Amino acid sequence: MARKVLTLAEVRDGSLRNVSFEAIAAAKTIAEGGEVVSVLVGDQVQAHANELIYRGADRVVVIEHPNLKFYTSDGYSQALKAVIDKEQPEGIVFGHTALGKDLSPKLAIKLDAGLVSDVIAVEEAGGNIVFTRPIYSGKAFEKKIVTDGIIFATVRPNNIAPLERDESRTGSVEALAVEIKDLRAIVKEVVRKTAEGVDLTEAKVIVAGGRGVKSAEGFKPLKELAEVLGGAVGASRGACDAGYCDYSLQIGQTGKVVTPDLYIACGISGAIQHLAGMSNSKVIVAINKDPEANIFKVADYGIVGDLFEVVPLLTEEFKKLKVHS
Amino acid sequence: MNIFVLMKRTFDTEEKISIVNGKINEEGAEFIINPYDEYAIEEAIQVRDKHGGEVTVVTVGSEEAEKELRTALAMGCDKAVLINIDDDVEEQDQYTTAKVLAEYLKDKNPDLILAGNVAIDGGSGQVGPRVAELLGIPYVTTITKLDIADGGKVTVVRDVEGDEEIIETSLPLLVTAQQGLNEPRYPSLPGIMKAKKKPLDELELDDLDLDEEDVEAKTKTIEVFLPPKREAGKILQGEIADQVKELVQLLRSEAKVV
Ligand SMILES: Cc1cc2nc3c(=O)[nH]c(=O)nc-3n(C[C@H](O)[C@H](O)[C@H](O)COP(=O)(O)OP(=O)(O)OC[C@H]3O[C@@H](n4cnc5c(N)ncnc54)[C@H](O)[C@@H]3O)c2cc1C
Ligand SMILES: Cc1cc2nc3c(=O)[nH]c(=O)nc-3n(C[C@H](O)[C@H](O)[C@H](O)COP(=O)(O)OP(=O)(O)OC[C@H]3O[C@@H](n4cnc5c(N)ncnc54)[C@H](O)[C@@H]3O)c2cc1C
Repeated sequence: MARKVLTLAEVRDGSLRNVSFEAIAAAKTIAEGGEVVSVLVGDQVQAHANELIYRGADRVVVIEHPNLKFYTSDGYSQALKAVIDKEQPEGIVFGHTALGKDLSPKLAIKLDAGLVSDVIAVEEAGGNIVFTRPIYSGKAFEKKIVTDGIIFATVRPNNIAPLERDESRTGSVEALAVEIKDLRAIVKEVVRKTAEGVDLTEAKVIVAGGRGVKSAEGFKPLKELAEVLGGAVGASRGACDAGYCDYSLQIGQTGKVVTPDLYIACGISGAIQHLAGMSNSKVIVAINKDPEANIFKVADYGIVGDLFEVVPLLTEEFKKLKVHS
Repeated sequence: MNIFVLMKRTFDTEEKISIVNGKINEEGAEFIINPYDEYAIEEAIQVRDKHGGEVTVVTVGSEEAEKELRTALAMGCDKAVLINIDDDVEEQDQYTTAKVLAEYLKDKNPDLILAGNVAIDGGSGQVGPRVAELLGIPYVTTITKLDIADGGKVTVVRDVEGDEEIIETSLPLLVTAQQGLNEPRYPSLPGIMKAKKKPLDELELDDLDLDEEDVEAKTKTIEVFLPPKREAGKILQGEIADQVKELVQLLRSEAKVV
C-alpha cells in the first residue's frame, strides 16, 4: 500500500543532522513506493533543501519564519500542522532527538494519533509496518505496529542506514507561508556547552571516560586516542559529576544515546543508566582495572588494566596502523 | 498553588530481565517510582513549601501502585490518586495513559504539573507533553531548574542534549524533570507514619466519564524479545603491550571497525 510520508529535517550549527537522512530512509520503507516529502523548518534554511533531495526525498517543503529561529513546541507545531493539513500524509517520521522527542507527542495529540518513539528498525512484514524499539533501559526490545490512524514514529540517530547520496536525484522545493504566533514559552538564551561540529550521536567511534579517568587532565590520553580514530570523546555521569568534563559529553539515559561502530569505555563501571545509552553500539571495548566491573558483561573485547597505561599504548598502535595503510 | 505530579510505577531495570509467555516476567521483580518522577515529586514539594498550596500525586496503574503512591506521600505529597483501569482496558499505550490523566486533570485547575521526562521501562517520553497538549497548556521538557516568580512568571532551564536553554513561560504549565533538577529526599520515619493517614483515592474509567473506546490504544506491541545473547566478551590475556596489539588486530580483522 503506497503511502505519502512526511519527514522533519533538522538543522544544527548550519548543517543538516544525519538523522534527517535516516528519517528519509525510514520513510521510504513506510511509504512502500509512495511519496516522501521532507519538511525543512527554521529561520533561514532553504539552502539545505537540495541536499534532502539527494538523500532521497521526492519533494521538500520549506517553512521559514523569524519565530522559528529557535525551536519551540508551539512554533514548530504550528508549522508542522500547516504542512500536514495541506499534504494529508499517511505517515510521519522525526528523529528521536531533543527536538523530535519534545515535538512529536504534541503533534500526535493534534492528529489524534499514536506514536512509536525511539525506533531502531523499520520493516514491512505481514502487511504491517513493524517498528523495533528498545525498552527496559535497553535490556529488551519490542516490535510495535500502529493499529489506528496515521503511522507516526521517531527514529533513534545512527541506527537506520541512510540512502546513498545521489546528486542526480531531482525533486521540487516549495515554500509554504505559515503565520507563527502566540508562542507561550520563549527561548531567552541558549548556553552552548557542546563543542561545535561534534555530534556524539553521529560519531562512528567514541572513546568514553568515567570516574576512573580521575581528573580533567586524565581525559587527555582519551582525546588523543579519539583523534587518531577520527572519533569523539564521551563520558559517564560519574566523570561529569566529578567535574572532569562537561555534562554535554554525558552518555546514558540522562545524556546522549549513541550507537557508534566502536565504543571504547575507559574507567567506566557499566551502571544500567550508562548502558542504556550505549549498549546498542556495534562493538564495545572495555578498559577497566576491576575484572568484576559490569561493563565487561556487555563488552566484546576487554582489557583488565590501568587505563593510563593501556590508552596511550592503543593510540600508538593505531598510529602505526595508519602509517602502514 | 495547585500542583500535580504524574507518577509511574516502573520495573527496576537494574534487575535481571526475562521473558515468560511473550511478556516481561514481573514475578518477584522489584518495582520503584520511576527515577525521573522522584525529581518531579521533590520539585513539587519544594515549590509548595515556597509558594504554598497542595501537591497531588496521580498514577494510572494497578492496585500494586498503592505502595509507590504511599512512598510519594511519605516524601511529602499531600494527596494521592490511583486511576485503576486494569479491569476496563486490555491494550494500553501512551495515547491511553495521557487521555486518562488529562480527563482526570481537566476540571482540577492545575497551576503546575510535573512529570518525569521518560519512564525507564516504556521509554517513550510521550506522556507529559501529550497531557499538556490535551489540557491546552504549555510545557517544557527535560528541565534542570525551575523558578516561579510571584505573579506567575516562570523561568526554566532546559537541558537540550547537553546545551542549556533559558526559557520564559507562565502558569499554568507542565514540566518534565531531567536528572540534576534536585536531590530527591528519602521518606522520613515521621513522613512514613503521616503518609498512612493521607488521602489516597481510587478511581476507575467510569468515574472519569470515559468509555473504553475513548482511550483505545493506537499502537500495539506484537512481540517482546531479549537482545541476542552476546557471546561472552573476549577478555584479553598476557602482557599489557601484547594485549593492546591483539586488540588492534581483532578490531581490524575480526570486528572490522577500524
Ligand atoms: C536517574 C539516574 C540517571 C542516570 N543517568 C546516567 C547517565 O545518563 N549516564 C551515566 O553514565 N550514568 C548515569 N547515572 C549514574 C550511574 O548510576 C552511575 O553512577 C555512573 O554511570 C557511574 O559512573 P562511572 O562508571 O564513571 O563511575 P564508577 O561507577 O565509580 O566507576 C569507575 C570505574 O573506573 C574503574 N577505574 C578506576 N581507576 C581506573 C584506572 N586507572 N584504569 C581503569 N579503570 C579504572 C573502576 O574499577 C570502576 O569500575 C544515572 C543515575 C540515576 C539515578
Ligand atoms: C494495565 C496496563 C496495560 C498495559 N498494556 C500495554 C500494552 O498492551 N502495550 C504497551 O505498549 N504498553 C502497555 N502498557 C504500558 C503503558 O501503556 C505505558 O507504559 C504508558 O503509557 C507510559 O508510557 P511510557 O512508559 O513510554 O512512559 P513515558 O511517556 O516515557 O513517561 C514519561 C512520564 O509520564 C508520566 N507517566 C507515564 N506513565 C504514567 C502513568 N501510568 N501514570 C502516571 N504518570 C505516567 C510519568 O511522569 C513519566 O515519567 C500497559 C500498562 C498498564 C498499566
